[in-house]
Order: sequence, then C-alpha cells, then structure tokens
Amino acid sequence: MSAVVSALPAGRAPRLQLSSDDVVRRGLMLVIALYLVLALAAPLYVLLSKSMSTYRFDLNAFEIQRSDDSGTAFGPARTVAALNADAKAITDAELDTGSDGRLSLTKLYEDFSFRSPVKYRIRGTTNDAAFLVGSDLKRGTDWVEVDSNTFRRVVLRPGRSVGFDNFVAYFSTPSLAQAIWNSVLMGAISTVLVIAIAFGLAYALNRSRMRFKGLFRLVMTVPILVPSLLPGIALVYLFGNQGLLKGWMMGHSIYGPIGIVIGSVFFTLPHALLIISTSLSVADARHYEAAAALRASKWRTFWTVTVPGARYGVISAAFVVFTMVITDFGLPKVIGGQYNMLAVDIYKQVIGQQNFEMGAVVSVLLIIPAIAAFFVDRIIQKKQVALLSARSVPYEPKPNPGFDWGCFAYCTLIAAFILTMIGVCQLAAMVKFWPYDLTPSLKNFRFDLMDGGGWASYYNSIEMALLTAVFGTIIVFTGAYMVEKSDGFRAGRSLFQFLAMLPMAVPGMVLGLAYIFFFNNPANPLHALYGSMAILVICTITHFYTVSHLTALTALKQMDREFEPVAASLKQPFHKLFFRVTLPVCLPAILDISIYLFVNAMTTVSAVVFLYSTQTQLASVAVLNMDDAGDVAPAAAMGMMIFYTNIAARLIHAAVSRVLLSRTQVWRGR
Amino acid sequence: MKHETVTGAAAAPMHFEPQAAPKPGYLVIDQLWKVFGDFVALKGVSLDIREGEFVCFLGPSGCGKTTLLRAIAGLDLQSRGSIRQAGRDISSLPPSKRDYGIVFQSYALFPNLTIEKNIAFGLENARRPKQEIQARVAELLALVGLSEQAKKYPAQLSGGQQQRIALARAMAVSPGLLLLDEPLSALDAKVRVHLRHEIKELQRKLGVTTIMVTHDQEEALSMADRIVVMNHGVIEQIGTPTEIYRHPSTLFVADFIGETNQFPARMIRNDTVGLAGTELACASCEVAAGSDVNAVIRPVDIIPHALDGREDIKTPQNLIDVTVTEMEFLGGFWRCRLSSPRLGERVLIADFSINAVRRLGIEKGGAMRAELPQNRVLVFPKAA
Repeated sequence: MSAVVSALPAGRAPRLQLSSDDVVRRGLMLVIALYLVLALAAPLYVLLSKSMSTYRFDLNAFEIQRSDDSGTAFGPARTVAALNADAKAITDAELDTGSDGRLSLTKLYEDFSFRSPVKYRIRGTTNDAAFLVGSDLKRGTDWVEVDSNTFRRVVLRPGRSVGFDNFVAYFSTPSLAQAIWNSVLMGAISTVLVIAIAFGLAYALNRSRMRFKGLFRLVMTVPILVPSLLPGIALVYLFGNQGLLKGWMMGHSIYGPIGIVIGSVFFTLPHALLIISTSLSVADARHYEAAAALRASKWRTFWTVTVPGARYGVISAAFVVFTMVITDFGLPKVIGGQYNMLAVDIYKQVIGQQNFEMGAVVSVLLIIPAIAAFFVDRIIQKKQVALLSARSVPYEPKPNPGFDWGCFAYCTLIAAFILTMIGVCQLAAMVKFWPYDLTPSLKNFRFDLMDGGGWASYYNSIEMALLTAVFGTIIVFTGAYMVEKSDGFRAGRSLFQFLAMLPMAVPGMVLGLAYIFFFNNPANPLHALYGSMAILVICTITHFYTVSHLTALTALKQMDREFEPVAASLKQPFHKLFFRVTLPVCLPAILDISIYLFVNAMTTVSAVVFLYSTQTQLASVAVLNMDDAGDVAPAAAMGMMIFYTNIAARLIHAAVSRVLLSRTQVWRGR
Repeated sequence: MKHETVTGAAAAPMHFEPQAAPKPGYLVIDQLWKVFGDFVALKGVSLDIREGEFVCFLGPSGCGKTTLLRAIAGLDLQSRGSIRQAGRDISSLPPSKRDYGIVFQSYALFPNLTIEKNIAFGLENARRPKQEIQARVAELLALVGLSEQAKKYPAQLSGGQQQRIALARAMAVSPGLLLLDEPLSALDAKVRVHLRHEIKELQRKLGVTTIMVTHDQEEALSMADRIVVMNHGVIEQIGTPTEIYRHPSTLFVADFIGETNQFPARMIRNDTVGLAGTELACASCEVAAGSDVNAVIRPVDIIPHALDGREDIKTPQNLIDVTVTEMEFLGGFWRCRLSSPRLGERVLIADFSINAVRRLGIEKGGAMRAELPQNRVLVFPKAA
C-alpha cells in the first residue's frame, strides 16, 4: 500500500448515484461497443484462430467392430489405424485436411458391399472423436451400430490442433512465399514514386502562386471516386495487348509489375497528397524569415526548413500508401497477370481453392504491415502536434514567375495523367469496340446482358452506400460522442477507443474473410445475416470506421468540455444538449462523415467481394466480374457509373451542406 | 416529474434584499479527501459556508481549490468525506440532482443559440408557459444590463458580455448556490476590474450563496465576504479579507497575499525577536523563546522618517538607520531597497508613497530612518 493511500482515513469512497442520463449514456455506449465487438473483434478472433488451426484425421481415435453375415456375432474391436495398416487404403497425405474434411471408411474393407447383411459398430476412443452418420453428428465412446447400407454414409471428422503449421506450410510453398516478396516490392516502388510525385504537387499547391490551384486540387481527388480496378482497366486499354500506346512499352508487358505500379500511383495519390499537403500547409513563416535573414540559399532553406517540417507528413503518407498498395486487391486482379500478390492470393485461396485456413494465414500476414503502419502513424501524429504553436505566423508564398510556371506545368502533367486514365475508360465505355470501331454507342451500358448482376448490382450499390452513410454516421457519431463526452467508466471508454481505432489496421480483404468465418458458421445466431444486404452494410461501416470516428472526435473535441456540466447544473437531460447544441455545431463534420462513407461504399471491392450473394451483387464487384469474364468495356462503363454517382453525391452533399449550414451556422460569421 | 423541484425553485420570487443575518450551516463540508492516483488533492478539508455569503477559494495552482469546487458541484467525486447543502446530504448525488448554478472561465455559452435562448436553456420544460420564460429571460437580461443583445449570438459579444450572459444563464433557475470557477481569468485587466464590481453587486442584490475560485488575490480581497486560503490540499486560513491581510495565520498566507520581507530569526521573548545583528519588538505571539522563526513585515507597513525626524515614533526600538540602495518607480508608489548594518546582508524592501518620498527627500544613495511598527512585525514558527 502506498503512502498516499494510507494517509486516507478509513472508510469507503462514496459512489456517485447514477442519474437517468448516465444510465442512458452507458447503455448507448454499450450498444455501440457491442456492435464493434460483433462486427470487428469477434470475426478477427475467429480468423486468427482459423489461421492457427490444422485439421487431421486421427485414425487411432476410432474403433470398429464388424459382424459376420448373420449380423449378430461381432468380431473384435480394432482401431481404424490398425485396419488401415492391413488394408493400406488411406495414404498419409489424405489424412491432412481442412475444417470440412470427411473420410469415408468403406475402402478399409476390400469385400465391402452395401447390400451385405454384415453390420458395423463404430465408436470413438476419446470423447472428442467425432464422426457423421449421414448428416447426424456422433461424438464419444458409445458404440453406434449400423447396417452395411448405412455404413457407406459413415464419415470420420478430423481433429483440430493449434499451432503454426499453416504458416510453416505457407512459407515452404515457394510460389506463395513469392507473393510476399512481390507485394513488398510493389509496395516499396509505388510508395517511393507516389511520395515523390505527391510532395511535388503539395509543394506546388502550398508554396507557389500558380493559378488554378482550386481546379488542380479538385482533379487530384478524382481517383478517390472510382474503384481501384478502374486504373487497371484504363491501363489495359492504353498499353494492353490491343492497347493504343502499346508501342510505348518497348516490348514489356503492362500485365504485371509495371501495370501494378502505375495503377497504384493513380489510386493512392490523393491520399498521399492530402497528408503531405496538410503538413506543408502549416509552415511557420518565421522560420523562412530567419533563414532569409541568415542568407541561406533557397536550396539550403528547402532542405533545412521545408523538408524537416514536412517529414512527419511524408513518413505518415509513406506508410499509408505502402499499406494501401499491398492490401489492395482490385488492381492486381485486373492488371497483375501472372504476378502473384498477397491480396490476390487470399482471393485465390478462398474463392478458387476453398482453402480457408490458408486464406486466414495470408490475412494474418497482411495485417502485420498494416498494424506497423498504424502504430508509426500514431507516434507521428503525437509529434506533429508539438510542431505547431499558437504563435506561428502562416507562410505566404511570394510570386516568382519562373517557379510558378514550373509548378503549373508539373501540376498540369499530373492532372493530365489522372484525366487520361478516366477519359480512356469514359471513351471505351461510350464506343462500340474501342479502338477498332469508334462509333458512339450505349451498348456497353446494357449490363443486364452481361455477367456480374446487371443494373440490379448498380442499384444494390446505391442502396448499400445510402444505408452505410445513414447508419454509419449515426453509429460513428453516437459512439464518438459517448467516448468524448461522458465521464467516469474509464476502462470501458478506453476499450471502446481501441476498438474504434482497430479497423484502420485491418485490410478490407481480411475483414471480409473474417466475416465469412464468423457469420457463415451455422452455430452463430447471427448466421441469418450471411448473404444479406445488412452484412454488406455492417462490413462497410466497420471497414471505414476509424477515419469517420476520428473526424467525429475532432469535431467533438472542439466543443467546450464544460457544456455537459452546465447542462446538468441547469437540470437539462443530455439528449436536449445533444440535439440542440452538439448536433448542430458538429453538422459540418457529420456531413463529411456521411459523404466519406457513401463514396467509399460505392467504390469498395476488397471486403464485400467475399460477402455478396446473388441477391446483393454490387457495382464495384460487377466491374471485377465483368472484367474477369472478358467484358472489359462494360466493366469500364460500370466503373464510370460509380464515378458519375460519386460526383453526383458530392454535388448533392455540397448543396445540402450549403443550405443546412446557412441555416444552422449563422453564428459562425460575426 | 424530475423537474418538479426546479420549477418550484425558479418560480419563487427573486430576493433583491440581502439576507439580514447570514445563518451558518448552509453548505457544510466535512473532512473532504480527494486522491488522484498517487496525488492527494484534498487532505481532510472542512468548511462551513453561511447562507447568502460570498466566499472565495484562493490559492496557487494545484492547491486543491478547483478540486474542492468540483466536488461541491458533483463533477469530481470526493474520495472521503461528506457535503451537506441546506441540510441535505449531497455527497453522492449526480450534478443534475444538486442545486447550483455554475459559471466557468470559458463561459461555455452554447455557440449556436442566441443570447436569449442560452439563458432560457435551463428554463425550458413542458410545464412552463412560454410567456413566463420570456419574462424571466427579459428580467435576467435587464439584470446584467444586456437587454439589447438578446437576439445576438455569443460570438458577436465581447468577453465581458459573454461572461455576464453565462452568469444570467446560471441564475435563471434561481439556484441555491452559485459556483464561479475562475470566471474573470480569461478577460483583460480593465474589464476584469469592472466585472468584479458588477458580479459582487449582483450577488448582493440576489442574496445567493456564492463560491468563487480564483488565484488572483486582488480579486478575492475585493469581492469576498470571507476568503478560504488553500495550499497543498489543506485550508491555511479562513477569514475576512482584512483579517487575512492583516493577521495572516501562517507564513504561507502572509507570503501569498500581499508582499513580504522575510528574515530568519530567533524568538527571544514573546514580544521580541532576534535578527542577524539586532533585536526587534514584534507582535506578541505564543512561540517559545529560543525557537527558530521567520520574522515578516510588509513593504507597505514600513514607515519612513527623516534622519532628524521629529515625527511621532511608535516603536523607537524598531527604528533603523538605513541607506537607500535602489529606487524603483511603480506608478502609484516608490519601491525602495534599504540596507543597514543592523540587518546584515539582508535587504529591506519598503513601499513609500510619492508624497512621503518628496516630503522627506528620499533619494538613491541617501540615508534615512525606517520604522518597523511593533504590531506589524509578524512572527511565524519555522516549518520543522
């Protein structure tokens, strides 16, 4: 006992009586925490345990007695292992299996006939040994007697053991282990390129006086509005086997590393630009004045002031980009060719070979860099705060025609790259057969004639995105409010906060696979959700939870901490404060969260690709499936539909924001 | 149902006359302890606040004054001890079940509501007619002198005006107790002095029992009926501003409130104290002869005399011949540094009025006499 505690007089600490508000608040927090446990923690746990599980038939765990032709006199009990030692019917390789493995026993008896009057008795030698008679699961050491006809339908179930065998097996398969190296290599190359390009852009946008900055900023966000498959399709059109600019490839194939890198640059650029731009925009003018007063050259100032100031942004962006590239699945699926990447590997293992355990192993491997990135990012964000002081003077770039025009040219080049990629898809979608027959046509939009779900998949996507935006915003904002604005209950709140940060570190594919394991288990009472629209919405909300949560938290943190005590002292219930003050003040952030969720729900592929059913096909998945089936132009057309929808959503969001804000935010302007 | 008491309290007429004789025992704090992890913020604090009284909790940051206020408000529950308000044990009640209004340093006005909606926030409930609310809001706006600003938003008002609105909002439901948590610290000096007076006036008019937390001694001295001086989680002294200033009961209080000269000394008799090279008559005290003490005198209490002064000298044995080594003009007075062989290495700081400096011809490097009146030389035992 510490000296402090012993200084306290004896007795019990008084406990605060809970007001009805507190009860409601804790109840709400519990509901949302429960949501996160069911939609995130439990599936991930099941995934992890799956990756560590190996299944093998243990022949020593079962005994069989066989009768003579009379069906009454049974011979001695023998273990299946002993029977197999004589019959040599089951090879050792057949014993390794998956969680669904079943082993038939008839081949142990060369003279087996299902018409024979011979009867069989079978039992386990341990309590865990399980076997099926038809679909009837038997377990334990009681004899089960069956006739020959039924014996055909007796199958053994494998025993489960926990360990790293799956990982060992994965790494000892050269083609699979190669996927890790490939993913890391692609991630590294793309990251270096994207960071260099994004830094240049951010520098031009923040430190020059060039024109059309707003327009450039807008163009640079375009890749966010399309699925990551779309740049792949554009590259196929440009540089593929029938590509327009195939000559530029000088004999190299776009299918593989080159395509992956160019496509990755396209779809990660907006994210890198946003982060680096933020870190460059907060420069303190006094540092530059000091550098000028010390007569440092421009070049020296750049390396001693600008770069160090932005370094946390650069590191943070690098991790984000690297994680995005190695966890993305759509792009390598379209343009990767034979080049094996981790994320595609999961897909192949699970969808192609039904090898769920290996899929789980790859998932666990994919989480590792994402978690590393997550922690580095958190450390960096803490340091970034210290860089800014209230007394900083914002840096104002001075006009410098040569430099400004250089920046302009550079931005134009990158914008041209982005618009070309989109433009190619647009063109391909709108003509009969690009590049051979350029007659304008809408035939590529007749999705109902193709595989992939047709127009229904598009409407499903919109429904899914709307549901995600509405329910996601409610769940996220309520959760963030409970974490930020209730007091006491500390352990519960930090656990909640941890759960809310976790999705950031979980790639979509991994989440999707974890959902299969968790929800597709008939023993799970939530099994009914499997294959429904609800599971797609839940998965997407969870997938994009963290960024939304942080947005809500930032908005809530700007609210005075004393509002709640004031309202309590005025005897007003918390929901009155919430609806009259908190919600209106946070409205801009709430609108931002909803559009973020909508756009991402429209474009996401990675998580939902495991979870859609024939009734709930999605547009983004349709792009993948049509491309897979060789209908590349319709795939491009569907990709463009997603793009149009997201632009429309952005415009509506802007209009709604403007109207709502003009009504509720009058107080902001003086 | 739960708004019943509020409705009743708010409907009661406002008191515009101060309570005649404040009754003790309105807010009784008994042996309050508060522990944050390893840090003891309150160490057995006991206090009795009278009805209608204006009390200031004064002390340096980290002394526990805000913790004590938050315990009274139910925002940080105490670790041990009890609090009774108007005869009711409120020790473990949540904030919404207690009876107080609170004003924070940050104002905490709701930014998206107009001034009148802010004030009406606590008044709105199903059973109260709209006109009654409007009348009450108008009355409160008039009370804080901001009737014209009713339709404005908080961001359109100055800091001082916002603070007055916060006060009106807290008073809207006529709480039995008003808690002010450093309400003036965020304002600039001029506004602060003005608002000090206004809050005090308002409190006197409404007769509401008020507790204000502050680290500004001038604020506490000018506003409080009684000051509670706190340090390291304990109450050092409770008393009226003049008591606290003139008769500090500990060295901490003497040092924290006003300025002091401090000399390490030894007690000789119960009215005489020995310094480095001299003896001084001091206010009589209970300290045992021979023990180590600190002798304290405030710069403003030192009386200047010319060398040949014929003025009335109350304590001849405390008259010291000094040399003025430094003079600093501080606007309202001169701060002088005096040295004398009788004080050894120590320097005596004295504040002399501009008048006295001119009349006695005090100047840097000049000689003069300084008198340390016996009842102003205070003695405090050295901390063991």
